[in-house]
Amino acid sequence: MQMEMLSGNEAVARGVYEAGCHVAAAYPGTPSTEILENIGQKYKDKIYCQWACNEKTAVEIASGASIGGARAFAAMKHVGMNVAADPIFTMAYSGVNGGFVFVSADDPGCHSSQNEQDNRLYAPHAKIAMMEPSDSAECRDFAKAAFDISERFDTLVMLRMTTRVCHSKSLVKLEERQEVPVKKYVRDPKKNAMLPAHARARHIYREEMLKKLEEYSNDCPFNRVEANGAKIGVVTSGIAYEHAKEVFGNTVDYLKLGLTYPLPRRLMADFCSKYDTIYVIEENDPYLEDAVHALGFTGAIGKARLPICDELNARIIRDAFLPGTAEEGYEAAIKAPARPPVLCAGCPHRGFFFALTKYLNKSIVPIGDIGCYTLGINPPLNALDATICMGSGISSIIGLAKALEMQGDTRKALGCLGDSTFFHSGMTSLMDVVAADANVIACILDNSITAMTGHQDNPGTTRNLMGELSPALDIEKLALATGLARDRVVVVDPLDIEAVRNAVEAGLSVKGPFVIITRRPCALIKEVQKQNAARHCEIDGDKCRGCKQCMKIACPAIEFENGKARIFDTASCTGCGLCMHMCKFGAIERKEK
Amino acid sequence: MANSILLVGVGGQGTILISKILTAGLTQLGYQVKMSEIHGMSQRGGSVSTQIKYGESVYAPNIGLAEADMVISFEKAEALRALPFLKKGGTLITDEREIYPMPVLSGAEQYPHGAIDEIKKHVEHVLVIKAAETAERLGSIRAQNIVLLGALVKAMKLDGVDWEELVKRFVPAKAVDMNIAAYRAGYGME
Repeated sequence: MQMEMLSGNEAVARGVYEAGCHVAAAYPGTPSTEILENIGQKYKDKIYCQWACNEKTAVEIASGASIGGARAFAAMKHVGMNVAADPIFTMAYSGVNGGFVFVSADDPGCHSSQNEQDNRLYAPHAKIAMMEPSDSAECRDFAKAAFDISERFDTLVMLRMTTRVCHSKSLVKLEERQEVPVKKYVRDPKKNAMLPAHARARHIYREEMLKKLEEYSNDCPFNRVEANGAKIGVVTSGIAYEHAKEVFGNTVDYLKLGLTYPLPRRLMADFCSKYDTIYVIEENDPYLEDAVHALGFTGAIGKARLPICDELNARIIRDAFLPGTAEEGYEAAIKAPARPPVLCAGCPHRGFFFALTKYLNKSIVPIGDIGCYTLGINPPLNALDATICMGSGISSIIGLAKALEMQGDTRKALGCLGDSTFFHSGMTSLMDVVAADANVIACILDNSITAMTGHQDNPGTTRNLMGELSPALDIEKLALATGLARDRVVVVDPLDIEAVRNAVEAGLSVKGPFVIITRRPCALIKEVQKQNAARHCEIDGDKCRGCKQCMKIACPAIEFENGKARIFDTASCTGCGLCMHMCKFGAIERKEK
Repeated sequence: MANSILLVGVGGQGTILISKILTAGLTQLGYQVKMSEIHGMSQRGGSVSTQIKYGESVYAPNIGLAEADMVISFEKAEALRALPFLKKGGTLITDEREIYPMPVLSGAEQYPHGAIDEIKKHVEHVLVIKAAETAERLGSIRAQNIVLLGALVKAMKLDGVDWEELVKRFVPAKAVDMNIAAYRAGYGME
């Protein structure tokens, strides 16, 4: 079979396919998104796949498939595993019928995340097997092997990846798909229904299985010693192995760990006993190092020299262990200005956030959520005060409203999240708002797509991952189904500033829950781009007085130079007209081709 | 020892496409290649980087401070930002193009118009090219990346591969002629 240059995510998708997997589900989240995207694009003839509402439902879809006898797969970003932890921890006791493998894609360095939690710590906590691939070839190999391990040891297997493993490309030798028949479903409540009596027994069984798995871990091909006859031993796993190889080459011996829970303690002790100097090279938390120390090798050096925070690279390891050997570089006397990500030109969220600026510090306290609209927090809009996690934009305002009330602050709590986030976990938050009769304004910013992760379908769109037409859930009807009165749910166009402000003022004028749905599709959706391609705005330099009002909307297509504003990037301008609304001198016109 | 190329620019400039072409070409040259890119939030008009490493054997996919043999920048201020990643004696190629980030657009920070002069004070091998301008003249600013590819192939002495054939394979069919012209223009720039 041919060799192909694949990203880690593409390679995992390939491995899942080759392993004969039958059912796959995920919620999109950087850096994991392309795994299910690839399964949907390339392998849907063999694998039923779907975008789930959230990571918990994705794992539950896969759990049902496994119980039913199918090989099952789920993928999520690291924080998604927090959402999915509930079914994972209990499925750990039940174990599997068809093999069950899932990916946790961690994001050291927070490239696209709200934290950099190290999900390796989940494996011992949940009592499930864990594998850590280092490159794309291992992504494919480990994904494939994980299904066999899952069935052989009756366990869920977590493939723990990191951003650089997910998004780096290297060569993979493709193999044929192995067709694995779906196992017969047999009713087995003692295994599959975790009543307390069953769970106690399954816990004992699980501990026994972990011992067997540890024995396997000691001798399996995924944990190996690379001996170079050196005096220093390096214990490492995942992407850190690649960094270590780059720095030390063949001047040290390696214990390269691929099956990292249960850890191969016998193998680790054998390895460590041979060296006076042991380095433990790993990213983020001292997971391996703590284990090495616990085996009695307390002199092993890891986090004493390497940082816990941020992403690792070869240079950092070099400076830590071989100081003074790095190449020299350059330093300029002037610094580049910050270039934070921004809402795109034509983004519908911009109108909503600009409309809110009128009420900031006066009548509202605005809370955001996770998505493109998180960018509304940045200057000059400054339109959000806080964000936590998916769904919190609507639930956190219930408590915030109480806290404000208790200190005599008369401002109203206003929360916002997007359509995909609403389906993810905002619906339950809205039910909490309604049940509590909370005095808040809940806003759902519906741009008809899961935008930040690169435009995946969600329950509000008319297609699914299999490429079939699917019914689109109606957010307005869902909000009304909570029992809210008709005049408490308003739908507006976010680019219509007056309409948004009228809605906010209606919300401020009543006590109790008020819902604003802003509805306009993302400007980057292909059909929308086509519609907008023929138009853009232009600023008449003679009429422009340089008042900078149009700069307040933070549109990346407008620049201010020599005392005048101008649309410098007409290709990216969608002609949304928000800047026209800002100009008091009629200097901005929309041009249609 | 692997060679390292760091490509930097602003989200949406097409850094990922030329990384794909480079990866394919370097593989044809018989090198082991690793390419690393960052997706997600930073693509929304923020600073982006793609990292390519090639050689007999390559391990780490990403590039640390003073580890890049070459920095190729699609934008002037991004060249300045990437400078600490260039190793001493390395080559820096940058477009003259200026794209103002939000803090500059809103007046909170100044754009470093003198970035190239500053870089030249330190770095011996600097190649400044009008890639965006050339691409625009040839038909579309979108071909900026292919102009830069031509300049990079020349500077890194990566001949021995039919790069024009690779350009044809990776760009949209209707834009092939323009992109071949862009590649040749880039290759011919000193």
